[in-house]
Amino acid sequence: MPPDLNSFPRLAPGCRLNEKSQQPRMLLMPERALRLNGPSLEIIERCDGKHTVQQIVADLQKIYSKAEPQKVESDILGYLALLHDQRALDFT
Amino acid sequence: MLLLFRLLNRHNRMTTELSNPLALIAELTHRCPLHCVYCSNPLEMQSRQNELSTETWSRVFKEAAAAGVLQADFTGGEPLARTDIVELVRAARAAGLYVNLITSGLPMDEAKLGALVEAGLDHIQLSFQGAREEIANEISGTKSHAHKLRVLEWLKQHRIAVTLNFVIHRRNIDQLEEMLAIAESSSATRIEFANVQYYGWAFANRENLLPTREQLDRSVEFLKRERERVKGKIRIEFVVPDYYAKYPKPCMGGWGRKLMLITPSGDALPCHAAQVIPGLSFENVKDRGLREIWEQSSAFQKFRGEDWMQEPCMTCDRREQDFGGCRCQALLLAGDAAATDPVCTLAPLRPKVDAILGGMKSAPPAEIFVKPNWLYRPNPS
Repeated sequence: MPPDLNSFPRLAPGCRLNEKSQQPRMLLMPERALRLNGPSLEIIERCDGKHTVQQIVADLQKIYSKAEPQKVESDILGYLALLHDQRALDFT
Repeated sequence: MLLLFRLLNRHNRMTTELSNPLALIAELTHRCPLHCVYCSNPLEMQSRQNELSTETWSRVFKEAAAAGVLQADFTGGEPLARTDIVELVRAARAAGLYVNLITSGLPMDEAKLGALVEAGLDHIQLSFQGAREEIANEISGTKSHAHKLRVLEWLKQHRIAVTLNFVIHRRNIDQLEEMLAIAESSSATRIEFANVQYYGWAFANRENLLPTREQLDRSVEFLKRERERVKGKIRIEFVVPDYYAKYPKPCMGGWGRKLMLITPSGDALPCHAAQVIPGLSFENVKDRGLREIWEQSSAFQKFRGEDWMQEPCMTCDRREQDFGGCRCQALLLAGDAAATDPVCTLAPLRPKVDAILGGMKSAPPAEIFVKPNWLYRPNPS
């Protein structure tokens, strides 16, 4: 199920980014780790319980203004749903 | 634009190029209040006086992070038996590692739990020996089940990842529904149903632990249904008893490829059971740096890559997926650590595994009331 645009995604307990000084940047979670590249890092950094899904989409559309806005939105929604299924993300 | 996302652990092709260790399994002690009949510790255990000091472990955590390790798994024995456990969590976290605590929940109290979380513990894996008190206490040889349920309640007060680990065998595999119910009433986001793997103590108790084919099939069906139902709430992981598998497990993600285990006294091993393999010599973290051991220790090189492989592994298309299976199991069942893991249906010695399965007694429902003659794991001094 795609996330609600007005909900606030937040990393689940036990899921966190490694330190800024550590390269490459990773999302650390129970028994696994996800390597983050530019856009995925931009998204995860905003999953702080303070940004709505809608705000994250708008921010990324601005940063990646050359990409088709609709495509950016659908990619983000798909990515957030994937992280939710993996129990890396909660929506409040 | 998001095509570049990729899971670190997926589709990772085997190359001869040396990769980093990703996880450090820190066996902090062999001491444990439980006596589980399938314990993964070696038959000969280390006593307290041989355990590494706080300072040595702290150095090892720094060396691990510098070598590319992401996660530290604190295990044992029972890691909480170390009086410096909070300090060790803080040291591993300060080194930049993600810290997992794999624990029986004994001896834990509310204050200790609070201190561990405050020190930066990321994830706690609480082991259960069953869903019902009677079988759980029988398997662990202690009265421990009720306390674990109390720990689960305390965990709800903290923002920390929780996994419940149920070790599965013929005497509790029919209770999966009750086990899942315990997870659903807790703050857990993961549950592991890990069938016993047959090494060490479990190998000695194998006859009374192996589930029947019917039991296994029923559990697989059950989990298929439930996975869908709890999706988005709890991740269900299932580890099959590999005697029933068609192909072997990619043991440790390949020998010397991803994981490094440090014993309570500081020996660096490529896997939990590596000490059973004759002729291997292990280096100790008291004498050498972690990266040096990873790169140069003869034990880590022994089965790294594919040069050591025999047929049918040597020319098999699956060799990059399962790395020939488990070396310790090859030794236990085939008498040769370099043989194809005999659980593989392509292995010349697979008939030996089939004979073990064929010789098993069926599990009538009444059997649950008859306590087998278990070999319990003792507690080292």
